[in-house]
Amino acid sequence: MPPTTTSTRTRGAPQRLGDRVFSGASTGAGVLILVILAGVAAFLVAEAWPALWADSSEIPGGDGIILYIWPVLFGTLLSAFFALVIATPLAVAIALFITHYAPRRIASLLGYLIDLLAAVPSIIFGLWGAFELAPMTVEPTRWLEDNLGFIPLFDGPASPTGRTMLVATIVLAVMILPIATAVIREAFLQTPRLHEEASLALGATRWEMIRMAVLPFGRSSIIGGLMLGLGRALGETMAVAIVLSASRDVVSFNLISSENPSTIAANIALSFPEASGLDVNTLIASGLVLFAVTLLVNMGARAVINRRRDFSGAN
Amino acid sequence: MSTPTTSLDKGDRNDKGRAREEAAALLADMPLTHGSLPRRAAPLTLLAFVLAGIAAWQTGLLGAAFAGILTAVGYTAVIYLWARRVEGPRGAFDRLVTAVVSSAFALALLPLISVITTVVSNGAARFDADFFNNSMLGVVDEGGGAHHALMGTLIITGIAALMSVPVGLMTAIYLIEYGRGRLARWITFFVDVMTGIPSIVAGLFVYALFELFYGPGIRMGFMGSVALSVLMIPVVIRSAEEMLKLVPNELREASYALAVPKWRTILKVVLPTALAGIATGVTLAIARVIGETAPLLITVGITRGDNFDPFNERMATLSVFSYNQYAYAPGHARDLFYERAWSAALTLILIVMTLNLLARLIAKLFAPKTRA
Repeated sequence: MPPTTTSTRTRGAPQRLGDRVFSGASTGAGVLILVILAGVAAFLVAEAWPALWADSSEIPGGDGIILYIWPVLFGTLLSAFFALVIATPLAVAIALFITHYAPRRIASLLGYLIDLLAAVPSIIFGLWGAFELAPMTVEPTRWLEDNLGFIPLFDGPASPTGRTMLVATIVLAVMILPIATAVIREAFLQTPRLHEEASLALGATRWEMIRMAVLPFGRSSIIGGLMLGLGRALGETMAVAIVLSASRDVVSFNLISSENPSTIAANIALSFPEASGLDVNTLIASGLVLFAVTLLVNMGARAVINRRRDFSGAN
Repeated sequence: MSTPTTSLDKGDRNDKGRAREEAAALLADMPLTHGSLPRRAAPLTLLAFVLAGIAAWQTGLLGAAFAGILTAVGYTAVIYLWARRVEGPRGAFDRLVTAVVSSAFALALLPLISVITTVVSNGAARFDADFFNNSMLGVVDEGGGAHHALMGTLIITGIAALMSVPVGLMTAIYLIEYGRGRLARWITFFVDVMTGIPSIVAGLFVYALFELFYGPGIRMGFMGSVALSVLMIPVVIRSAEEMLKLVPNELREASYALAVPKWRTILKVVLPTALAGIATGVTLAIARVIGETAPLLITVGITRGDNFDPFNERMATLSVFSYNQYAYAPGHARDLFYERAWSAALTLILIVMTLNLLARLIAKLFAPKTRA
């Protein structure tokens, strides 16, 4: 590179003091975000460290850190997975309804109603799940045990209180619906109008138009939105802590019994207030695992959504 | 245009004529319009099924849930079979999807309705002056209230907002006005990632941070504010960024053309234009964190009496109060404790809904006037 280019490059207008202060402050705020995120990781690692190297008999349960975290990690993944299974078809259908089926005039109002679901605090979902939803599921789960008991998921014995993994997953599904719907709805709205009209003009019915024009266009957003929902479900704390009657060291796919694995977040919330000493470090270590899992899921989701943004026909 | 038929010989013309007649015969059998259900068929069928469902539920023939399911399934089946006879398989499938998609939406509204009615009906019992004027100090079973918790929630969320709004706003300004290159891309990406931090992890982080300075077992209101800030900042950035993007570049260029420095342009032109949107975003962000329980449970804990000093010892907050009343209800006065838990939940949901409405109102009233 010729040396002249560096010498002729000037900074445009002369920098005033106010400009320098303002741009410095805003850059600092941006860097602060990175610092906070790095700090979250660093402090969690620092506090989890003693538990990672402690003698296995000192960890609650007495079997070491891995065997302590594994059941709750299993419960976290299990509940989030089934919440996703329930929420996926619903989220796509709701997004379709709001963007393509509902009368234009009330569509935004309906979207607002779904967004209201996201505004309800998780503690309220927890109380609702424990007092309203759980009793409602007692009869159906008994039926499931009697008639579909050969499936491991419905092995039973059905819980008499209804505070089962099944109810926890339903509550989680309701809680992740709004965020998944919001992302998918956004993508469906951006479907190029010409694709839709061309499809209709060729004689397609509304469903055929959606299948051929809207769904392919929104596919990666559907995946991204659902992964965001998954991240939310993995980290949800109070609703699960209140609804689920959990026991330690249970690893089972049985959704309807009263012996359920806890989730990482719920386990922390329930144990932390009374914990001291190495127990705290153990809980923070499990929190670190949760942080890593949700970070991976969220980064994956964002990568999928952003890739679509780059290649979409909308811009 | 010349007619090409004149150049054809006789036999060819006869062939053409026959083909045309056959085509005409075929077309005569094929209707020009395809069959379609009468215009009001679908809504009326739906109405009939809804009425039948309500009747079955009211007469006690079926439970509410079962009646609802039967209504949806019955309507879908009837409209599908009917349309299949009249409109053919493609039209019928279209109607089937319409019915399924609409029922999915109705299904999603059920929990919302159920949650709100449950909270209102259960929370009304103790939603009285006593509840808002008393703390739990010295309360064993009857009476008591959440005055201390309400104040705690307001103080802790207020401090969180005071910390998050400047940081969030400045970051958004950096991303929109200054940010170029790799740093801006990284910040954008990690703001997205930060949105997904589980609230309990934010609580653990703050505990880990403060434990280094204050030793184990530390609890105070300010820790809760920091934890809520971690959750709130990305939301503020996201919404402020969206709003700053909406400010037209012409405004900035006009300002630069008048030799206004960049920082004054941002302060006097860009921010005022985007102010309504930013205020809406901040209100929604507050509504989002004010109901958080998990991080406060870990960092702030709970007290029975008044403590309005965020830098000293435990405080009470509405969400943790509600959880505490639920989780530690003693056997002899269980319902009294549950009633207080529900009343706190009702207060919380009222605050959140008010904030949501307020946000919409701000967006509507103070939106910059655009040329329609």
